[in-house]
Amino acid sequence: MTDPQITLYRLQACPYCERVVRTLDRLGLEYQSRYVEPMHSERNVVKRVSGARSVPALVDHETGVTMSESANIVEYLEGTYAETATDGGV
Amino acid sequence: MPEFAIVDLPETDHVTAGETAPDFTRPLVGEEFWEDRALDAVVDGPTLLVFHPMDGAFQTTYIYNEIDDRGWADAVAVYGVSISSPYEHKRLLAERGEGVRVFSDPGGDVAESYGVTHDIDGMTGITEARPAVFLLDSDRVVRHVWVGDEHPSFPDYDAIESAVDALLD
Repeated sequence: MTDPQITLYRLQACPYCERVVRTLDRLGLEYQSRYVEPMHSERNVVKRVSGARSVPALVDHETGVTMSESANIVEYLEGTYAETATDGGV
Repeated sequence: MPEFAIVDLPETDHVTAGETAPDFTRPLVGEEFWEDRALDAVVDGPTLLVFHPMDGAFQTTYIYNEIDDRGWADAVAVYGVSISSPYEHKRLLAERGEGVRVFSDPGGDVAESYGVTHDIDGMTGITEARPAVFLLDSDRVVRHVWVGDEHPSFPDYDAIESAVDALLD
């Protein structure tokens, strides 16, 4: 079993995270969820990965892209994967 | 020893040495985050799978203190399992269990599949794990088992450590 190419750092019930998840699902992308704590001070792992403590944060191991902010992430995912998805690619 | 009988737990048909440890997927909690992990995906060498009562119970605290004192996580991979939520596991790991990660099994189904459940008297609806320790080799085959048969009970740490040493040799 190999891990999915995308890792999503998320917070339980965070609407911005759910927005990213909807996009991942719509594009048919596999992802691994890593849940972190509500307290910003306990999110050092997210800071190390993305440079900020905010979630969602997404790591695409395939492209080497790491990013924060749901609007940016959605834009990135659609720009990178929307066409292959409609082609029935992945 | 106290001057009265300790409660015996009912006999259980638990997983025994020589069997392959049942695989499962549950949120696995570390100090910084949690994510779904399959046991099969994390076992790649000698591994201790430690079932314990819910986080906060004194048995759990004592078990982690002993694991830390003996430095088990320095020698082999150590994974806990309890019915507590990931948030509770994170609090546990902030205090103790250096190098240990803990599976969250709120429904108790993993404990059930290993045959190590315990219906707690006076906490209706809660079935948790009794203390139980399974030593697995890199193929997930069980090499040593200790399962609590009294309430409370604590692992036979010396016997487990001997089994670990034998497997590492």
